[in-house]
This record gives sequence, structure tokens and C-alpha cells, in this order.
Amino acid sequence: METVNVKINGISIDVPKGSTILEAARLAHIEIPTLCFLKEINEIGACRICVVEVKGARSLVASCVYPVSDGMEIRTDSPKVLASRRQTLELILSNHDRKCLSCVRSGNCELQKLCRELKVENESLYDGERIHYDLDTSAAHMVRDNNKCILCRRCVAVCEKVQGVGVIGANERGFKTNISCAFDMDLSETSCVSCGQCIAVCPTGALYEKDNTDEVFAALNDPEKYVIVQTAPAVRAALGECFGLPIGTNVQGKMVAALRRLGFDKVFDTDFGADLTIMEEAHEFLDRVQNGGVLPLITSCSPGWIKYCEHYYPDLLEHLSSCKSPQQMFGAITKTYYAQKMGLDPKNIVMVSVMPCTAKKFEIGRDHENAAGVPDVDIAITTRELARMIERVGINFLTLPDEDFDDPLGRSTGAAVIFGTTGGVMEAALRTAVETLTGNELPNPDFAEVRGTEGIKTATYHVAGMDINVAVASGLRNAKVLLDEIRDGKSNYHFIEIMGCPGGCVNGGGQPQQPGYVRNTVDIKSLRAKALYDIDASMPLRKSHENPAIKQLYEEFLGEPGSHKAHEYLHTSYVKRTVNKY
Amino acid sequence: MYRSHVLVCGGTGCTSSGSPMIIERFKEEIYKAGLKDEVAVVQTGCHGLCALGPIVIVYPEATFYSMVKPEDVPEIVNEHLLKGRIVQRLVYDETKTEEGIASINETDFYKKQHRIALRNCGVINPENIDEYIATGGYEALGKVLTEYTPDQVIQTIIDSGLRGRGGGGFPTGIKWKLARANEADQKYVCCNADEGDPGAFMDRSILEGDPHAVLEAMAIAGYAIGANQGYIYVRAEYPIAVNRLGIAINQAREYGLLGKDIFGTGFDFDIELRLGAGAFVCGEETALMTSIEGNRGEPRPRPPFPAQKGLFGKPTLLNNVETYANIPQIILNGPEWFASMGTEKSKGTKVFALGGKINNTGLVEIPMGTTLRTIVEEIGGGIPNGKKFKAAQTGGPSGGCIPAEHIDIPIDYDNLINIGSMMGSGGLIVMDEDNCMVDIAKFFLQFTVDESCGKCTPCRIGTKRLYEILDKITQGQGTMEDLDRLEQLCYYIKQNSLCGLGQSAPNPVLSTLRYFRDEYVAHVKDKKCPAGVCKALLSYVIDPEKCKGCTLCARNCPTNAISGKVKEPHTIDTNKCIKCGTCMEKCRFGAISKR
Repeated sequence: METVNVKINGISIDVPKGSTILEAARLAHIEIPTLCFLKEINEIGACRICVVEVKGARSLVASCVYPVSDGMEIRTDSPKVLASRRQTLELILSNHDRKCLSCVRSGNCELQKLCRELKVENESLYDGERIHYDLDTSAAHMVRDNNKCILCRRCVAVCEKVQGVGVIGANERGFKTNISCAFDMDLSETSCVSCGQCIAVCPTGALYEKDNTDEVFAALNDPEKYVIVQTAPAVRAALGECFGLPIGTNVQGKMVAALRRLGFDKVFDTDFGADLTIMEEAHEFLDRVQNGGVLPLITSCSPGWIKYCEHYYPDLLEHLSSCKSPQQMFGAITKTYYAQKMGLDPKNIVMVSVMPCTAKKFEIGRDHENAAGVPDVDIAITTRELARMIERVGINFLTLPDEDFDDPLGRSTGAAVIFGTTGGVMEAALRTAVETLTGNELPNPDFAEVRGTEGIKTATYHVAGMDINVAVASGLRNAKVLLDEIRDGKSNYHFIEIMGCPGGCVNGGGQPQQPGYVRNTVDIKSLRAKALYDIDASMPLRKSHENPAIKQLYEEFLGEPGSHKAHEYLHTSYVKRTVNKY
Repeated sequence: MYRSHVLVCGGTGCTSSGSPMIIERFKEEIYKAGLKDEVAVVQTGCHGLCALGPIVIVYPEATFYSMVKPEDVPEIVNEHLLKGRIVQRLVYDETKTEEGIASINETDFYKKQHRIALRNCGVINPENIDEYIATGGYEALGKVLTEYTPDQVIQTIIDSGLRGRGGGGFPTGIKWKLARANEADQKYVCCNADEGDPGAFMDRSILEGDPHAVLEAMAIAGYAIGANQGYIYVRAEYPIAVNRLGIAINQAREYGLLGKDIFGTGFDFDIELRLGAGAFVCGEETALMTSIEGNRGEPRPRPPFPAQKGLFGKPTLLNNVETYANIPQIILNGPEWFASMGTEKSKGTKVFALGGKINNTGLVEIPMGTTLRTIVEEIGGGIPNGKKFKAAQTGGPSGGCIPAEHIDIPIDYDNLINIGSMMGSGGLIVMDEDNCMVDIAKFFLQFTVDESCGKCTPCRIGTKRLYEILDKITQGQGTMEDLDRLEQLCYYIKQNSLCGLGQSAPNPVLSTLRYFRDEYVAHVKDKKCPAGVCKALLSYVIDPEKCKGCTLCARNCPTNAISGKVKEPHTIDTNKCIKCGTCMEKCRFGAISKR
């Protein structure tokens, strides 16, 4: 590799040619603070927190985007640099709603952290005019509070570049610049898909999910209500981060223990719903293949993806699996089968789901998601909200014992837990579909070709005398590639898995927020995914159709996969939507 | 052949003061007089002396009629064109001599000018390519395509010493060389016609008066760097320029001077227009390209520079209108000719838009190295009402002021930088003793606050806070600590902003602080505005000795702040007074003054 020699704070070091100063400094064990910078997503040099002195340059330069050159002499720690960074923060604070004590991000706000590190002593030094913005609470899943926006534009970049949605951008200019929707539409009037990736990358409290924790507490304290919780696969791989555990720590046992201590009547696992989804979806797939149905079949677990398809590819809706998502299947079964079995009135059951996802808050309000005549799921909270609930009641999460989910809807297989990462649904489906088609047990249930965090993965499997072409995409910009192929009649896939968020649910919009400097240096998606694959590998049962609770459900209640009853309770419908209001 | 030509200025200034109606009237009257086969009416570009518009010049005599109204036209037709008698009352005074009517080129306004970029402005009909060709147009393009290698073209430009006229002053030939050096399947040539400095209209006049010069230069540049597509980014607020550019491009295409296989040499080059939507920042090169690409016009970090990765990620050459306008002349007359004008490091001429407190408001092109005194006192005709020169602002909101102590400085890029101003694109605003320098700084800051794109923190919030401190000072609420804060914030914004707009936004403040700090101190310490501009700091008083008690002031005061009996001295209630100045204007005895 071609290198150049630079001197950073007096340290001489060879770094790869083409590195930015930020990257070069890291090699010299020097961390330069950043705020707007997100590697490969938002490289715009706008916030000016990362400025450094380069000998011979007329002004300070933004190290996040400035390339090194041979012989360059850089200072990242000079009084001028440090004073400039502090002054930038003081200016940001002069137009920032500094209600830090009541801010949802207090404690993990990137702005707050920088102010501490750079020794900002007077947050009102430059106070002058401040623009007050109304909160945008129009969307089902989130709140936009421009009073706390620092215009780093990470949200804009992730929405446009990663998701290909682009419903937010800069309006006005100069001091009046603000991030909002075109023509000042409310977010709910746009074709926002509710993925929450904007929230995941927001450094401050400007973007946050609609908090439903008070409703959950109210239900828990209502003696009339039987409150059941389900937890999505990806939650267990990330919840620990909220309590200081390393990224990728599996905290399933502590999570279950905490939920029980919060007072839920039953602690179940969405993984059961995932196994059930495989039963229905694999059946649907085989049916379409064998009976000339519409192909490729595309998975329907990710509500952000569903909404995207409805807005941007309404002509492809018939490709979508009619299966409800695991969350909704789980709610449907809880309020029908389980209620019946336990003699509970579904009206008195409060089904709470803990999800890595903000779009789930939108999904629970969709049409045809009410198997028992009441909503399948009543409240969907994010991983972050669960952490807040645990904190609020003083549960010492880290010292909790590991506990198991309740029976029977807490039973699941390894196939279900990998739903939380990109490729997982495909792999789980293949495990069941291949065994169903061949009638033989797979010697090894791993389908390595569909694993990994690349945006698009493809594979061909030779099964029972036929080639099955599959593709897996995560992140909607990647999904678009596969969808355009279908639209153009050039797609030769039989089965496609699409997850709205890049990397799948482990990197969902409802997961713990990791600051920019972590996102830029650590592969969060892979670490969390590894936790799920490790769980899968350790499970005695790794195929959905082997889940005894699932077998029992079909025997006692549903009959066969794809049965009339299964369709009534476990399948849904989609609507054509427009791009934005107009 | 016509025996006489009537040239009517069709620049923006004269157009808005009615020149299109004058042209119509001329055509009617000439027709009525039966002269339509003898006299031609030509709409030209700007003559420069905008203060005297609408301007009409009648050839072959070159009689310069100023401030012509449509109702004057029959007289000019009947007297001058029919009877050969010049209409004395409309002739520009400066051209009247004892020997008769002198050529316009002998007047103070024109004689020290040297018009290269403005060569055809006011001379040819910009909507007729034949007139451009008749004055040597497209010869330079033909010459380079048939006689020069691209490297020779670039060397010629380097040797001429031409530097970017948009403000930065980067050597043009070097810029071309860099753009040539980067290999790519596609390159672009762009023209920055997003002139936005308040009061500046050099580029507009060139585009309106001689659009083909820019097209020809862009084609030459395309040949030199290896590009076959050009874009002109022009403000939508310049409708006349946009229209004439469109006409010029179509005509050039019809003549095969743009398009495929130009002059049969196999060289292809075409140009498209892109209209700016009114953002000042789009004059910044990276913002301009971002805007052409169809995105919100915001600058992006450099490097990469446009020559490496510009428009649509391809190597791009970007020059300003005036820079291009010099190119064909340099090719035709040789680099030595161009380099013979100007100073050691600033060659050729520079166009300035004269404005503010100056008699000859308008457009001038002077050799580099001309002193400010020559511009103000001779070309500009001095300051109205016998007031004293205080300073000149150059470089618009990015520039600074040149105080009276530096009035004899030869104007070139480096001298202006050394005294804390800059050449800028050529706005030159003259200020007299009635201008408050703090107020001037505030005016320019208001402009940058409005025009900041909002991308980077120092410019978005920093300039706003800078403005607020200035406002506080002009309101008489400033402290000496505010002055320190002001200066410190200026340096911070210069050092930390993303693009040239932010990096230069504090210049008007820093330069006024440098030369007129005592005025700032007067606002802060004495709570006085020495120039009597900042309303919060002044009060109107009536001198009882001079007041005759005529009641005129009291009757005109909009807030009834003045009281007094008839024929007795009046007084002003400062609590009611809104400092509009009406009383002072109305007083016939000079009894009212500002303090």
C-alpha cells in the first residue's frame, strides 16, 4: 500500500495515501472529536468540530474530509484548535434548546459530551435570537424537535443515501436553516417509512421515538389487565449497551428477568412468532413455486420495508408475502389461541412488544392486524424505551440472574433468533423449505452465503432437482436495486428477503444509539449479529418446523400452514400509497 | 448602408429608465421622417455611464446624448438626423468644448479607461452575431483551433499574466493547466455568472453587451483543457443577460461556432445555460457546481478542487465572466500586449462598478495600477455636494474599505490584500463623511447573515452573533468587551468557516475596525455616532437663536414631537421623536441639527 509520511502533534507516522487527517490521527492514537461526520454517509465537513491546524494552510481545516499529503504537519491539540472547537460549541449552544435535564438524550448526547470534553464553561456566552420551532409529532413513530437540532445533517444523509427515501432536508438558509420536509409538510404527510434510522444517527435529542413507556406502566398497574410482553430477537443483542455492556453482548436472560420484575404477567418471545412466520412463509413460497404464483416472493417482516414498498413500489405489492410480521403473528396467536387456552378475554390482554424498531409503532395501527377483533399488539416500545423502564424502577440490570421465557409462547428455535439480522429470515426459511422439499434432514443447517452485512447477497441452491435463486437486501437503497430489477422484468430470483434497516433489525431504528465516533470505527451490525448467530449455534433446535410449541399450535388450533384459519389470523393485506402527500 | 446609426443603450440601467420606449419612438419617428433606409437604430449593451442614462449615441458624429426621454426623440430625429443640427440641450456637458462637441472618449470618465473586457459593450448590437464577427469575433477561436495546440493556448494565457476576475485572483493559465492535467472521459467548462455583490454589475454588463465574447472564450477553454461541454450559471435576476445569452448561443450554433466539428477541426463544444435561483453563495465555485447538479446550492469541502473533481465529479474549469471576456483579446493581440498593461503581478485591466457617493455612477474599466484617487476624482467625477472622501469599499461583503490615507495606492490584487481589502469582483462603493463605518460593517454583515447557506456552524451562527454585537453597538448598548468579542469572533469565523463566503464575511468588520476603530469606540464609550447615522445615538435639536417660530417643522413632524408658539423658538420632545429627519429637511433657517 502506498503511504505518505505526516507529522501529527510532533509524531512522525506513515499512513496510507488518501487517508483523511482524522484517519491518520487515529493511527497515531489521537482521537479528533467529530459531530457531523459519519463515514461514507455524511462526509460534508459542516460542523467544524474536527478542525485542526495544518502548517501552511490559510485557515483551519476539517480533518474528517481533508486528505493528508506527504510531509504534512498537523496539530490537533494547539490552543487555537481547542479554542476554536469550544467556540463552535458555544455558538451551537446559543441556538440550542438547553433543556438537558429533561432531555431524552441526557447522558448519551454527543453535544453534551463534547461540551464537557472541550470545557465549555458558559453555555449562554453568545445568546441572542433563537428560533423556536413547533414539534412535529404527526408521525406515529417519532417526534422531530428542531429546537435541539444542531444541523449536522446526519439524519438527512442517512434518509437519502442509505435509505433512498429522502423525505427530510434543509429548508430556509443561514441562521433560519432547519431540517424539515419539503414544503414544510408534516412528516406524516410524506412517504417517510418510519424506519427510525434518522433517530439512530441523531447526536442530540432532536429526533426521538414516541415514548410509550407511561402507557406500559399504566397497563402494568391496572389490575384488570393481563399484560403480556414479547421481545424481538435483536433486542437481546443490544439492550446491554444501555447498561454499559460491550456491543454484541447477549443479555437474553437478564432481559427476561428484568421484564418479569417490571411486572409483566407473561414474558414471551417474538421468536415464537418468527418460527410461526417461517411455517407460513415457507408454505407460501412452496405454494407459489409449485403452483405458478407470483415470484419472486419477498419477505414481509420489516414494517419499514413494507411501507417503503407501498409508497415507492405499489406495483410490486403482489410480490410481498401476505404473512403478518412475527410481532403481529405473535399478538394474533396470543389473543386468540393463547387467550382461549387460558380462558382470558382478549379485550383484557395488553400485548406489549419490545422491538429494535420504530416502524413497529406504525405497524400496530395498520388495517387487518386484529385477529381477535382487537389490535393484535397494543403497545410497541423500542429497546431504548425498555432500558428506560428498567432504569426508572431501579432494577439493577447488570446483577440480575439469567431467567427463561415463559411457556409455551416463549419457546423457539435457532432459526427464529437469526431473524434479527440480515439474511436470517432467508436462512430460517431455507432450513424449513429445503427439508420440506427434499424430505430429508439437512446435514448442516447453516446457509453461509446469505450471512454477513453486505447490502445485497445472492445465492443459488440446488434443491430437489430445481435451482432456487435467492437474494437478501438490507437498507432500502439496496432493496431498490432488487426492486428495479423486478420492475424491469430482469429479476431471476425466486425468493428475496428485504429488511428496511442496513444490517437488519440488529441495526434497527429503535436500538441503542451509538455515537458517531463508535459508528465510524466499529462494525456494530456485525457484532450484534454475531451474538444472534452464537445463540442459534447453541440451540438444541435450529429449524422452525421442529419447534414443539409450533407443532402443538398447528395441531390444536391452526391445522396446517396456509390453512383457512391461518390465513384469517396470520395473514394481512397491503395498500397502495403515493410518494408524499401530493 | 446607413448614413447614420443611432445607438441606444439596452443595458439594465438604461432599460429600467425607459430605453426600450426610446428605441420604439426612434423607429416610429425615423419611419415618419422617411429615413428608415438611411438611419439604423441599434440596441447596444451598457456604455458604463449609467448615472446619465438612458444614453443615446448618434454616429458618425458620436454625439453623446444623456438622460434622453421618449419625448426628446422627435427633436433628435428632426434636428439631428434630418437637419444635421445637434440637440445641444441633451448633449453630455463634459463633451462640450470651445471647439464644439468632443468625442465621448475625451471626457474624464472615458479617457483614463482602457476597455478590453468591455470593448464591445455599447458598440455592437449584442443580439447580432454578425456585429460581433465584424469586430473580430470568433477569430481567436479559429486561430487556436487551427494554429495552436492546447498547451500553447494555456501557455499564452499563463504568459499574459491574467488572473481570475471573480475576486480571488488565481492565475487563470495555471487553473487551465491543472484542469488539462487531469485525465477523464468527460470534463466541463463553467462560467460563473452568478454575480451577487451588492452594487456590482460588471458581469451583467458584459453578458448584456457582448455575450459572444464569453461563448468564444469558453470554447477556447474547452479546447485547451479537453472539454466539450460548457455551462453558464447565470442569475435568473438578470433577465436581459439570460435572454441575450440564449440568443447568442443559438446564433453561434447556427453558424457552427458551437456544436459539432467547429471550423471543420473535429472539435466539438456546446454550452448550456443554468439559472441561479438567487442565492449569493452559488457564486462560490463548489456551491455553483452543486447547484448545477440539481442540488441545494451549498459549498462542499475542498480538496478535491474542481480541476480534480468538479461538476458531476468530473474535472471542471470554472472562470468568471470578466475573465473569459479577456481571453479572445489575449489570443488575438498576444500575451505580451496584455502583460504590458498593469502592475508587476496584476496584468491587464479591471472593470469596476462605481457606486455610492460618487458623481459618475457606472461601469469603468481601468488598467491595473490606477490609483483610487484617479478613479474617484477623475473618472468618477468626484463626490457630490462637495463632501469629503472617507473611504471606498471594494470586494463587497467579502472585502474591506480603503480609507482616505490609502487613496493614492495603485489598485491591484496584492496591494488591496495588504491593506485589508480585496479586489473582489469589482464593486467599488465610495463613502463620504456622512457614512458611519460601523453602520457600513453592519450593512454588509446583514447581507452575509441573509446569504449564508447555513451549512457550517461558524457562518450560520457566527455571522448572526457578529451582526447582533454590531447591532448592539449601533444601538448604543455596546461595551468595550463587546468590541473585543467582536474582533475575536471575526477571527474565529475567518479561520473556521467551510467556504469563502464565511471565511471572508468578517472582512468588512475587521477592516473598519482597523481604520476606524475610533468610530466604534465613540459608539461604545461616548454613545455617539460621529457620522450621525445611527439613529439610536442621535438627537435632533432646534437652535433657539436661529429658529424663527415659523411652525413648518412642527406641522411636518409625523409624531407631533415639536411644540412651540408661532414666532417663538420651538423645541423637540426627544421621547416622541423618531429621528426621521423631516424637520431638519423642512427647516428653512438651518436651525435644526443632529447631535
